[in-house]
This record gives sequence, structure tokens and C-alpha cells, in this order.
Amino acid sequence: MSAVTFVKGREDMETKEQTTPAAAVAPRPQLKPAQPESAPARPRAWPGMAVRAALPTLLGLAVFMGIWALISQTSPQLPGPLKTWASAQELFSDPFYNKGPNDQGIGWNILASLQRVAIGFGMAAALGIPLGFMIGRFKFLSAMVSPIVSLLRPVSPLAWLPIGLLVFKAANPAAIWVIFISAIWPMIINTAVGVNRIPQDYMNVAKVLNLSEWKIFTKILFPAVLPYMMTGIRLSIGVAWLVIVAAEMLTGGVGIGFWVWDEWNNLNVEHIIIAIFIVGIVGLLLEQVLVLVAKRFSYE
Amino acid sequence: MDKYVQVENVRMVFNTRKGPFVALRDINMNIAQGEFIALIGHSGCGKSTLLNLVAGLTLPSDGTMLCAGREIAGPGPERGVVFQNHSLLPWLTCFENVYLAVERVFGQAESKATLKKRTHEALALVGLTHAEHKHPHEISGGMKQRVGIARALSMQPKVLLLDEPFGALDALTRAHLQDELMKITAETHSTVVMVTHDVDEAVLLSDRIVMMTNGPAATIGEVLRVDLPRPRDRLALANDARYHEYRGAVLDFLYRRQMRPAA
Ligand SMILES: Nc1ncnc2c1ncn2[C@@H]1O[C@H](COP(=O)(O)OP(=O)(O)OP(=O)(O)O)[C@@H](O)[C@H]1O
Ligand SMILES: [Mg+2]
Repeated sequence: MSAVTFVKGREDMETKEQTTPAAAVAPRPQLKPAQPESAPARPRAWPGMAVRAALPTLLGLAVFMGIWALISQTSPQLPGPLKTWASAQELFSDPFYNKGPNDQGIGWNILASLQRVAIGFGMAAALGIPLGFMIGRFKFLSAMVSPIVSLLRPVSPLAWLPIGLLVFKAANPAAIWVIFISAIWPMIINTAVGVNRIPQDYMNVAKVLNLSEWKIFTKILFPAVLPYMMTGIRLSIGVAWLVIVAAEMLTGGVGIGFWVWDEWNNLNVEHIIIAIFIVGIVGLLLEQVLVLVAKRFSYE
Repeated sequence: MDKYVQVENVRMVFNTRKGPFVALRDINMNIAQGEFIALIGHSGCGKSTLLNLVAGLTLPSDGTMLCAGREIAGPGPERGVVFQNHSLLPWLTCFENVYLAVERVFGQAESKATLKKRTHEALALVGLTHAEHKHPHEISGGMKQRVGIARALSMQPKVLLLDEPFGALDALTRAHLQDELMKITAETHSTVVMVTHDVDEAVLLSDRIVMMTNGPAATIGEVLRVDLPRPRDRLALANDARYHEYRGAVLDFLYRRQMRPAA
């Protein structure tokens, strides 16, 4: 179920206004001819539709589990779904225990990672979004900053880690630094693109009404750029969550990344698989929250 | 004032990817205060371009443009514009779209309540009181155009620049708004430049009809003075010989002397 909405949300952002409403309504007309038009038939149609909508998702999950179970049968080191499920139940029965800095519950590890992402991402947004606006608005600034952005953007996030360790002389700020530097580019670029793509018509309105810079910003620039900004934010959150696991493997401490590394050293493969699911689910939730926020701010 | 808006030897060249494109040349036009001018010509001849020049949205490549004796260096709230494509802000309701303009022009001097009252009145004038709190994507094309008209009128501009304001409207609404426009301009003595495709509209509303030749490098082909007494009544004019004469002259210019090249 969630996988389906996830894909839909993505379409929603990238092609914005035109396709989504049609795409969202499209399956209905296909089903309708089978149902009589009369009112009492309609409530019965709904559960049928829900099942049909969920069917491909459930089937996909079942096939996935089947393949996983098959592979685990042939290679004895890899635990199967059932064994992993049992281990997960045990793990989540007490997610918030604390036995010193190197042995904490899974809940604490997840929260520690989320905290790093929040700080790094927050700083990136605080700097990247205003910078994006300025680059979009002022040609001179764009010419100044664009080459640097183009040069630094393709650099693998982890390449920044040594610099962070060198400057901050501590693991935690270095990990946050890596999040910051990898999350900032999509926000700068998407915001700037949004400002550049504002239809000339809207700027003509601003000119004819002779609006002040502040009114132009609040009534025209900001609302027009918001969808682009939200795309940037979503891409950034995605990158940040992707990078935190890798960064924590290198820096250690409390966090889901380091937890994976630790479990690898303990050769606890069930926990590694569980961690993969946790990372995936948390990433999906972050994405979903942002899709909802984006919908809330959309004026369509 | 006899020459409220002055356009002298104006030339407009667009720099396109295929090199310079001369849209307008040798445009000379004087508009008196309170005068109603219709700009007519085939599609693509440069009517919007000329209107944008008067609005100050674009600056001429050559020539001078004056309004009230001062050079037109940019747009200003004393020149209200109704855009061809309505140009409402999609994230604001109809009310907010008009309020933005009202607030800009009268915000310094008047209270919030007065500003709101002005906004309500402007929307009532175009018959959109019931749609005040709708967003532009929730209303029809003609309604959007009417909000655009309300926005321009609400600013009480000295010069009203209208780019095919009634193009997207049905015949009844169009007639109603034409009458309203005549009433308003008679009351406020505002100067109006209106782009139109509609010969009847041009004759009914204007004091002079400026007919443009086909592009590229379009210019003013002929100017027709419409000497019909005001207030004008569309039903009475239907039987007026002079009305039909004016109408015939414009049609003759458009369809005999400026046949559309492709059509
Ligand atoms: N920004 C621009 N860049 C290049 N060419 C332009 C630009 N704006 C207009 N033109 C060209 O100038 C000519 C006149 O355009 P304009 O929009 O003024 O026509 P119009 O008379 O308003 O037509 P319509 O009645 O269809 O609205 C056209 O050939 C158009 O392609
Ligand atoms: Mg036009």
C-alpha cells in the first residue's frame, strides 16, 4: 500500500499540476462500467476496489519474501524471513534500554541518527534556500556561485568526512557536517531553478502594481517557488538519510549506521537485515511526511 | 491636455535566436486625456507589443514615449493594465488578487475596512461577488478575465490599458461589460487604450480607431475618428447609418487592404 502512494507522490512533485489529477482518477472509470449506477451498489464497490488496489502490493511483497526465503535456504549464513521476524520481535520488545555508550536500544540508535540528520539538514536548509533565492534573483550572484556549485555538487558525500574530522576534531560534528554538505546542493539548485522559472506574467503583475520587494517576495516569489523548494527539500532529506548510515559506519558512536557496523562485527546477520528494513521504512516515512507537507502548501 | 500620451517614432526590435526581429516601426500616436482608443489589427501584428510599451513593461528600441509630459521609463499604478491572459496569481483568491492592487494604491491613506470595501465594489462591478473567495483555477476563463478587469479598475488609473479584455467572454457578458466600461470611463474621464479583434466593439466604444498593418515591421496604417455622440446605446446604433459607415471602413481596412497573409 505505502509503496504505491510513494510512487504517486513522486509523480505529483515532478510533473506537478498537469498529470496527477487525471492519473489519480484514471482507475475509476475502468471499474465503473461493471457496477450499476444506482446508489446502493456504490458502498459495496469500495472494499472491492481497496482489495484490487492492494493486491499488486501484497503480491509483490509475497514474491519478495518467497525469493528471500529460497535464497536463505540455499545459503545457510543468510537468515530467512521467519528467523529475522523472531529476532526483530525480540529487538523491539525493549527498544530504549541503555547500558552505556556502546550498548543502547535500537530506538536510541534511530533517534540519534535522526537527530544528526535534523541538525545537518536544518542548517543546510537555513543556508541553502535563501542562497537559492538570491542566486535565482541576481544574475551576478548566479555567475559567481554557479561554477563552485557545479564543481562541488558531484563530490561523493563521504569525501567530506576527513575535512570535517580535521576541522571539528570530533566524530559527531563531522557526521553532521557531511549531512550538511550533501543536503545543501539540491536545495540551492531547486530553489534557484524555481525562481528562474517564475512565469513572466507574474513578474509583469508585480511591475504593473509596482509592488515593494517584500510584497514581491511574499506574494509572488515565495508561493511560485514553493513547489520547487519542496522538491529540493525532499531530495535533500533523501540524500541526508542515505548518507547518515555510511557516515556513522565510519565515525562510530550511537546511531543506526554504527549499529549496523557493530552487528556485522558480532556477525549478527538478522540484525543487519532488520537495520536495512528500518533504514528503508524511516526513509519512506520521512518522504511521506514531506509529501503531505507539500500537498498542504500546494495551491491547486 | 491634448497630448496626454505621446508616442513618437517608436520602433521595437526583439532579439530572437534567429537575429533581430522588427515588430513595430515608425509608430506615431498622440492620445488626449479622456480619449478612448481602440487598437485593431490582425493577430501577431504587434498590438500587445505596443500596449506593453505604453504600460512601460518593455522599453522601445528607438523613439520616445511620454505620459503626462514625463518619459515612460517603467510601469506605474497610474497606468492600469488588463493582460491578454488575465495574469491572476493562482495562489490568491479573486478577492486577494484585487486587494493586492487596492492595497498598493490606497493602502497608505485608507483604513483596512475601506480597502476591503473598494475590493468588494470592484468585484461587484464585474458581477463576481459570489466568486470572491474562489481561486483562479476554480473559475471559468471569462470570470478570470473579469477579475483582471476588476483589478485594473480598482486602482482607478489615469490610463487604462486593456489587451483584448472581453475576448474570452460570451456575447451577453461582453455586452454588459462594454456598457459598464463606457459608464466608468464617462464618470472617471480616464484615458483608455484597448486592443481588440472585434470591429463592432471598436466602433461602439472608441473615439478613434487605430488600425495597424500586418507584421513584421508593423505600423499604424490608418486612424479613424468615430464621431458618434455619447452616451452611446448599442440598440440605437444598430440603425444608425454612420455607425455602419465606420464599421464598413474598418472592415475594408482589415479584410481588403490588410488581408491576412496566410488566410
Ligand atoms: N518577447 C518577444 N520576443 C520576440 N518576438 C516577440 C516577442 N513578443 C512579441 N514578439 C513578436 O512580435 C509580433 C507581435 O506580437 P504581439 O504579441 O504584439 O501580437 P498581437 O498583435 O498582440 O497578436 P494577438 O492579436 O494574436 O494577440 C509577433 O510576430 C511576435 O512573434
Ligand atoms: Mg496580443
